Amino acid sequence: MTAVSKLLRRSETAVLAILIVVMLVIGVINPAFWQADNLFNLLRANVVIGIMALSVLTVMISGGIDVSFPAFAVAAMYLTVIAMNAAGYQGVVLPFIGATLIGLLCGLANAFFIHTFRMIPLIVTLGSASVVRGLLLGLVGTSIINIDRMPPSLIAFGSSTVDIGGSKLSLMIFIYLGIAVLMWLFLTRTMAGRAVFAYGDDAESAKRVGFNTRRTVYLVYGLAGALAGFAGLLHSSMIWLANPRDFVGYELDVIAAVVLGGASIFGGRGSVFGTILGVFMLTLIKNSLIIMRIDNTWQGVVVGCVIVIATALTAWRDRKALV
Amino acid sequence: MNKLTDFRRFVNRDNNIVQLLVITAIIFLLMSALEPHKFLRYYNFESISFIFPELGIVAIAMMLAMLTGGIDLSVIGIANLAGILAGVFFTRLYPAGPDAGAAAELMRVAAGVVLALGVGLLAGTLNGLLIAKVKITPILATLGTGQIFTGFCMVLTGGPAIVGFPAWWGFIGNGKILGVAVPLILFLVVAVLIAVMLTKTPFGLNLFLIGTNPRAAVFAGLRTERMVLYSYMLSGTLAALAGIVLSGRTNAAKSDYGTSYLLQAVLISVLGGTNPAGGKGTVLGVSIAVIALMLLASGFQMMRFSNHLIDFIWGGFLLLVMVINVLRNRGR
Repeated sequence: MTAVSKLLRRSETAVLAILIVVMLVIGVINPAFWQADNLFNLLRANVVIGIMALSVLTVMISGGIDVSFPAFAVAAMYLTVIAMNAAGYQGVVLPFIGATLIGLLCGLANAFFIHTFRMIPLIVTLGSASVVRGLLLGLVGTSIINIDRMPPSLIAFGSSTVDIGGSKLSLMIFIYLGIAVLMWLFLTRTMAGRAVFAYGDDAESAKRVGFNTRRTVYLVYGLAGALAGFAGLLHSSMIWLANPRDFVGYELDVIAAVVLGGASIFGGRGSVFGTILGVFMLTLIKNSLIIMRIDNTWQGVVVGCVIVIATALTAWRDRKALV
Repeated sequence: MNKLTDFRRFVNRDNNIVQLLVITAIIFLLMSALEPHKFLRYYNFESISFIFPELGIVAIAMMLAMLTGGIDLSVIGIANLAGILAGVFFTRLYPAGPDAGAAAELMRVAAGVVLALGVGLLAGTLNGLLIAKVKITPILATLGTGQIFTGFCMVLTGGPAIVGFPAWWGFIGNGKILGVAVPLILFLVVAVLIAVMLTKTPFGLNLFLIGTNPRAAVFAGLRTERMVLYSYMLSGTLAALAGIVLSGRTNAAKSDYGTSYLLQAVLISVLGGTNPAGGKGTVLGVSIAVIALMLLASGFQMMRFSNHLIDFIWGGFLLLVMVINVLRNRGR
């Protein structure tokens, strides 16, 4: 097989090709699409969903699924902002470490149930999401922390931009890309990363070959929680408010984006680059309905159709894996 | 002597049912002790008999999907779409005439019911085709279609709730026949029908076999694809029925009604002894589980727990029950 045909058979290539076609079509319908302001806004919309997608990607490669990350993200975000206000603390690094740790703890709790009791990840994460959201809204509070009570340091951080040709590009893009590079290095260049793939392909074989499956499960779900916590706080610093009911329904979007990017829900398959493309595709479609003069209420239908078509294509690709 | 061994066999086989009955009894006694004046009133049980059927029907729909090792995350979307379409039918397409008689009014409601159930059947067929023929994993397929159904709800309503259902429609959710809540009667009919279908017909047996070992089922010559398709069609129709009851009880339909029902439906079917990996589940188990959870929720509501904390308790309960099940199975 030549290098070119190998490249053509990769699902990332297909996603990229579709992406380019979609962008060209949108550009024809409304040329305003190609304005730098619009493109930069689009990139900015990728950041939070993208970081969450990277967390779900790792879980999916390990053969699991995670629907609890939006709950962890919102808990980490809300608790951190409340703690900052209570302490009158103005900083950026410490709060983000705090939010990441809150997410990490929640993720480790998922791992505990999944590994110790061999429970199905979907059920565990459905339960833990309900537990975390219930505790947050029931014990901590239900009121939105608006811009007037948000820590100014967070707002300043979230709105930092760089000027490119008169248009402002959010610096948060580079945080997203940095995390993506780290995740890529982790998944492809470290033994622990290879263990995630091995575990997802066949847990029993991975165990017999000598991978520490317990460590892998804790690593995967811990990492997923940590990334979700980080993304949660980043989200609130980018939109200048902290809403304890935020991120409802994000699990659908993010899982859709990861599947769009070519990851297999059966585990063992998926890439960081594909996920980035999948996230871009999803935000592109969601954000471009308005620019294509389609009523916004159609968003759910369009996204749902995209999920179904993308999963149908992956099912067709993986058809030999089934009976 | 013979009776005793029969009983033992029953307990062994339906260990889970006994465990569930014990849990239900504990919840009942606990709530009666904590809030004797409010909990033990007839009114409380009557209101439970109106509220639990819609959840029970959704949970049975979820169980049907789980029997073959699948899951149906689109049940709430289907339920809302059925209610909303019926609402659109009643308010925009076919409003009541100024001097319509009782018979015409009844016909109108009957047409609405047929329409709603038809939508559920159609939606379930779509799920079934995607899962059985296109071979999409049930989680992803129903995640996607659920989004589509909810999306259509948004398109049809534009956001706000649809109101103005006919009185007879409200009767399905609020009425009483001989002092018994109509939703309860509907639930009992559905439960008995599905139970008979699962235990006494070849279709039910097929579903259990497919869930236990899909490969073996194929090699045994079962028509797996068709059976899975039928199970999702049935699940979709039941979801639509739940949507009818819900919109009848509240006299409104909205795109984001009952979103917390999804988790609860999964919880109830797992609590009721359904194995999410397939091959195991009973209507009786699910029915007891839904009653246990309703008693729990109504008790906590009387103690003025916030709804959020009840969500917490349900999630914790789900994890706890799964852990208990795993530990019990490990002991054997």
